[in-house]
Amino acid sequence: MTALHQSDPSLGTVSAGSGAAPRRSDRAVVRDSLTVGLTVGVSGTAFGVAGATAHLTVLQTCVLSLLVFTGASQFALVGALAAGAAVPAAVAGALFLGLRNVFYGLRLGPRLELPRLLRPLAAQTVIDETAAVTLVQPDRRSARIGFATTGISLYLVWNLATLAGALGAGALGNPARYGLDAAGPAVFLALLSPRLREGGTERLVALVGVVLALAAVPVLPAGLPVLLALAAVPLALLVERSRSESKPEPESESEPEEDRA
Amino acid sequence: MSVWIAVLATAAGCYLCKLLGLSVPAGLLDRPAVRRFAALAPIALLAALTALQTFGRGTHGLTLDARALGLAAAGLALWRRAPFLVVVLVAVVVTALARLV
Repeated sequence: MTALHQSDPSLGTVSAGSGAAPRRSDRAVVRDSLTVGLTVGVSGTAFGVAGATAHLTVLQTCVLSLLVFTGASQFALVGALAAGAAVPAAVAGALFLGLRNVFYGLRLGPRLELPRLLRPLAAQTVIDETAAVTLVQPDRRSARIGFATTGISLYLVWNLATLAGALGAGALGNPARYGLDAAGPAVFLALLSPRLREGGTERLVALVGVVLALAAVPVLPAGLPVLLALAAVPLALLVERSRSESKPEPESESEPEEDRA
Repeated sequence: MSVWIAVLATAAGCYLCKLLGLSVPAGLLDRPAVRRFAALAPIALLAALTALQTFGRGTHGLTLDARALGLAAAGLALWRRAPFLVVVLVAVVVTALARLV
């Protein structure tokens, strides 16, 4: 899925409880994990609706949740297809959003020390939520319980919710009449907002990304404006570097993943 | 058909990303520059997607309609730290209401 956890108050208790306590009861880990799995999983409904709004079949929408299982990429793909993007551009946007899971995997690998045979199965649940829960656990046992419980509960609920949303939106007819076409962008905004609190570079990236994408809409084929927004990253990094050179203070903007690990 | 290709290609690519992280030694990919790009790229994409799906109309059009009101309301809900699902509901309900009047 996505950075949902950062707007999810339930996770506050996870991180708050783990920092100080040297050892956590299995029960507490399971309870925290299930809270995340259920609350975030329910938002799969919004994805089911988005799939139906983009005129995907119920089967296509459900296969996305079953196989892709990383929310931002799923929303991005159906949004791009709905806007008439060519397949390569739509897929590229979704994959760039899925890249961050590589880095969750890099952190989770040494924490979980999974047997080689189990890795291909466990990989499917390497996402924002499982990383958030697992990386705050004090020891390997809790980490494994947290990863498995969050991953499995979230997978089940997210997929059932997707099905419910797709069927429900399909039954309603024209989704725009019920404002459902606003669900997609609202999801993106909700995912984005915790990142905007992180620092100036993050906000600059967002702002430049928006300007680039909107300016490109009239001239570029559908699907490419969102990719052009990626140019905001090197631009913002240049600004960040020139700022830190003129002001030789220690870097204060740290990544949240860093803090968790 | 092309939708299925997009679905399966995205599934394969996203799965490989997840498996890659779990499988390679940490030092190989975990460089500061790479990590910084991977942390910032989703911000650029999410911001662009929010704007495009709020203001976009058709393939090459931009417009200001009920969705903008819905998104403004969602932004307000986020600012008040509302839960994720509430934020989405607010956007949907406000957009629907704006279309009624």
